[in-house]
Amino acid sequence: MTDITALQAFTTQVRRDILRMVHRVNSGHPGGSLGCAEFLVVLYQAILKQKLPFQMDGLEEDLFFLSNGHISPVFYSVLARSGYFPVAELNTFRHLNSRLQGHPTTHEGLPGVRIASGSLGQGLSVAIGAALSKKLNGDKHLIYSLHGDGELQEGQNWEAFMYASGNKVDNIIATIDYNGQQIDGATDDVLPMGDMKAKLLAFGWDVVEILDGNNIDAILKGMTEAKSRTGKGQPVAVMLHTVMGHGVDFMMHTHAWHGKAPNDEQLAIGLSQNDATLGDY
Amino acid sequence: MTTYINSGSKDTRSGFGAGLEELGNKNDKVVALCADLIGSLKMDEFKEQHPKRFFQVGIAEANMIGIAAGLTVGGYVPFTGTFANFSTGRVYDQIRQSVAYSGKNVKICASHAGITLGEDGATHQILEDLGLMKMLPHMTVINTCDYNQTKAATIAIAELDGPVYLRFGRPKVANFTAENQHFEIGKAVLLSEGSDVTIVATGHLVWEALEACKALNEEGISAEVLNIHTIKPLDDEAILKSVRKTGCLVSAEEHNYLGGLGESVARVLALNHPVPQEFVATNDTFGESGTPDQLMEKYGLNAASIAEKVKRVISRK
Repeated sequence: MTDITALQAFTTQVRRDILRMVHRVNSGHPGGSLGCAEFLVVLYQAILKQKLPFQMDGLEEDLFFLSNGHISPVFYSVLARSGYFPVAELNTFRHLNSRLQGHPTTHEGLPGVRIASGSLGQGLSVAIGAALSKKLNGDKHLIYSLHGDGELQEGQNWEAFMYASGNKVDNIIATIDYNGQQIDGATDDVLPMGDMKAKLLAFGWDVVEILDGNNIDAILKGMTEAKSRTGKGQPVAVMLHTVMGHGVDFMMHTHAWHGKAPNDEQLAIGLSQNDATLGDY
Repeated sequence: MTTYINSGSKDTRSGFGAGLEELGNKNDKVVALCADLIGSLKMDEFKEQHPKRFFQVGIAEANMIGIAAGLTVGGYVPFTGTFANFSTGRVYDQIRQSVAYSGKNVKICASHAGITLGEDGATHQILEDLGLMKMLPHMTVINTCDYNQTKAATIAIAELDGPVYLRFGRPKVANFTAENQHFEIGKAVLLSEGSDVTIVATGHLVWEALEACKALNEEGISAEVLNIHTIKPLDDEAILKSVRKTGCLVSAEEHNYLGGLGESVARVLALNHPVPQEFVATNDTFGESGTPDQLMEKYGLNAASIAEKVKRVISRK
């Protein structure tokens, strides 16, 4: 039985990491990072069958690809606190000569990262390639990926959606962080994408919705359900309804903190709302 | 002067198809992807013989490049196939981020490169691809000259761990290099020794350089011809060794002079041994419809044009 209280505490610590990382270098993307904290914690702590130390080829384990690379703070925090690299290295985020680049990359050899991302819309294709590789290898493990909702405005995603269903790539679970926000505002104002669920279904994907994507129990149930739908001839999408900036009250329900770091005072408020449950780096 | 015999004209893309077929039989980690151009790329045999390792992605090149990058995770060596234009310009950011920057072992194989694509016209005749690809860190860039060399190069690049751009073409051209040759990536091939001028050529222009060499020889001009099949990494030593002897150079390529082989060579000369250089290349222009021969003539990409530039560069010594 998964300890939801422990996962909640883990998430709170990740939120502190995110805030402290972006504050220190006065840059980075806290909004989407905070919104996806519960999801990535659940994924790495309760869902992924993973092997350490990290191996790029990832044989006989589940693999994760982050497509919306700008939420690197949450990715780095969860990777470090899941044992991929020393937690102290979070202190080098966006610094010169760091493995923790502004956007994730394999180039500096950071364990846990299997593809560079940042230029949006490319991760789903890569994840599908990795899923095909698993099938060729007779490896029954799954491929997981995470995408922003605004990111789906990039056309390459739709090439990839079409390919995966048309070719029955049914060992992939692609999660969409459905927070309704992007840099310039609400997705509905920037470029309305209509009924996303209907679009995904029309493109031949099975769709699981997690209506409270910032609730650990809901994510656990939703992802368990998504897993149960794999291997049935259809790729599986998870629509993860989240709140950008979740867990820091003044960052919530707005796109304003998509790519903006808090000042000293704002950091203090944000940290006061999230206790150091595992100890700061 | 060494003379070469055309053993029977063939298209370089068929050399790719033959090489891929051979690779498929000897290396079960080789996989192939195509964006709705199986026949044009001569990938039919690989598809027939290894259906599980062949992926038809449809007219969706960006997705193809991404899937190829993903297939490397798990140990596969993907070869993507489409026209040069759709292999580079159309998917530059996908190659840049998901392949080159990510250090993925993807072989981007591009047919119908350059103006000799012919009648389809400028939309398909990319003359900028070498420049695009050579600017990407970690990218190896190869442009082969005939069927035999394209087949050998296809087999050789599977052994290199890293991204490669392999460029070849549509028309039947002279097949004159050795069958089953050993292809050494990054190593220029000295085709003919000479003392008055160095001609460095790549792709379809290599045969034209040999034809020019023959014509010049009859006029008493001794040309040294180097086949630069690998544009990056460039074989600086072979080029410098030659120009130290000849004192001038003509570069020849089916590409815009901006960003092509000639500019890479000019850098090597400028840094190490400045000598006069002339460029046989397209002059910052798009192509147009026509037969390959008509286009090579109109855009100054043939033996006659090379010979003319040779005389000009010698006069500048």
